[in-house]
Amino acid sequence: MILALQTSEPLIRWRYIRDQWDGKILDAVIDHIQLTVISVVLGVILSAIMTAFALRYRWSTGPIMVFSAFVYTIPSVALFGLLVPYTGLSKTPAVIALTGYTFLILVSAFIAGFRSVPGAVLDAADGMGLSPRRRVLTVELPLALPYIFTGIRAATVTTVGLVTVAAIIGQGGLGDLILDGLRRTYWTPMIVGAVLSVALALLLDLGLWLVGRALTPWTRRGHAE
Amino acid sequence: MATAPEPDPNEKSRPAIRLSAVTKRFAGASHAAVDALSLDVARGTIVALIGPSGCGKTTTLRMINRLIEPTSGRIEIEGADVAASGVVQLRRGIGYVIQQVGLFPHRTIAQNIATVPRALGWERARLAARIDELVELVGLDPSMLDRYPDELSGGQQQRVGVARALAADPPVLLMDEPFGAVDPIVRARLQDELLGLQSRVQKAIVIVTHDIDEAIKIADRVALLNMGGILEQYAPPDELLRAPASEFVERFVGNDRSSKRLTLARVADLPFERGAVLEVGASLEEARAVMDAHRTDWVGLTSNGVFEGWVDASGIDDGADLAALPRSRPAAQVMPDSTLREAMEIIMTSSTSVAVIDDDGRFGGVVTLERIRAALAVGVPERVA
Repeated sequence: MILALQTSEPLIRWRYIRDQWDGKILDAVIDHIQLTVISVVLGVILSAIMTAFALRYRWSTGPIMVFSAFVYTIPSVALFGLLVPYTGLSKTPAVIALTGYTFLILVSAFIAGFRSVPGAVLDAADGMGLSPRRRVLTVELPLALPYIFTGIRAATVTTVGLVTVAAIIGQGGLGDLILDGLRRTYWTPMIVGAVLSVALALLLDLGLWLVGRALTPWTRRGHAE
Repeated sequence: MATAPEPDPNEKSRPAIRLSAVTKRFAGASHAAVDALSLDVARGTIVALIGPSGCGKTTTLRMINRLIEPTSGRIEIEGADVAASGVVQLRRGIGYVIQQVGLFPHRTIAQNIATVPRALGWERARLAARIDELVELVGLDPSMLDRYPDELSGGQQQRVGVARALAADPPVLLMDEPFGAVDPIVRARLQDELLGLQSRVQKAIVIVTHDIDEAIKIADRVALLNMGGILEQYAPPDELLRAPASEFVERFVGNDRSSKRLTLARVADLPFERGAVLEVGASLEEARAVMDAHRTDWVGLTSNGVFEGWVDASGIDDGADLAALPRSRPAAQVMPDSTLREAMEIIMTSSTSVAVIDDDGRFGGVVTLERIRAALAVGVPERVA
């Protein structure tokens, strides 16, 4: 791809934004949100399963972490390309790849969260006769929430950025606008795509932060002495 | 309460907790952590498990609620084998308090206290009434119920821990170094509170401690364990101090055994002694007679049963009126519920070698070092719970 720098082209043509807002731009935003949400939700579910496995069977922690890290190291462009022959040009390869990229962040955060629960709290929970299921749901999970939410926020922000790359296999999103701008040396769509992607990342991050805050009221109280 | 089909003839004498030849051998360990330990804990009594680290005291405690499963032997609670019931069910019927308290940080104090009753499915009204009762019992400020554990001091958290353990009114309470993490002043207060609490709830309490003074202070019986969970002596505190069963026990309780025994008895346990003290209207002859009898050169004066102060012999020799002589207020004063050790310290730091017992503002007699030593010689009376 060759980028010819055209100094005559202004950075923003407001007319483009006005004309394309209801069509191209909004579609791209919706696609972008869709890809992000689906991938992160799938990532959370699969990471939760892997975390449960890692915590239940200690030997599996190492392999699970290696696997998550390995997936993370594959260049995204290559991974999208590699998956297309198997899945065709649909949303599937994008979702598979994007989901895979969340594993490292989410699994480490989830494991750290559960490991952060003080041993004395677990001892007390067992000693009082909480069943293992009740212990996980009413004690360990809530106490791991601060870590869990930090992980989900990081994964979401990362995914919003990565979705722009998914445009190269033609799956829409704000990456389309960026690619379009690059191809045509037309700055406006590129800037619109980039700015909206950043805004979307910040917005989702803020939303998740607020949800996490609402779910962990005890972390905001003062300490005695 | 459920109706028992057939009243057990041994119901009365049966211990609350019975350990029979309980052994725990951890995988890969060459020695048993606890070796054939047999121990009865009577109802309504506090038993302290104490010994050097590695003596298996915590292991023993944790075998009672099956946080650790014994390798062999049998543990009964109220006659029922603990191995026979489900572990979750069993633990809900046993109070459990640990050193780090282990309150749930994400639950309010009320929710923490409600843990076991909730798991048992208590109704809301019953639970609320019980929480009110417990808050009063352990001396918590009800305004704390809506706070989170991190907002409470260490001492307050420990009180919540005790309330939480007692929530479903279990007959047995297990405490693993419950006061180990608080400062000495708070610890002493919590110990006193536990004794006060016990006089009301009458549980069978097993408490693990590494502090012999704590064991002596709060336990009805002390089980002193040696390495590998070997029971060296199981006796009331005074017996442990007066008649150590082995050299190990003697070394463990320390060479200040006698002064430790002094913490077991209170001033009120001593026979009443009036000492060289007179009512203010007494004659000079009476004063001289009292001074002679007690070999002092001063007398104390009371007015309508309230202690007024000491009067020096030099004034009496001058033939002045007893009531008109200058009185120095006593520096040394003890309460009926002061321990003999406290009384001894007060006497030794005072200039008069005698302490006046202040019984709620009234003169309650005197305590002297002689008196305390005499009490030690005959054995300290058993403390009545």
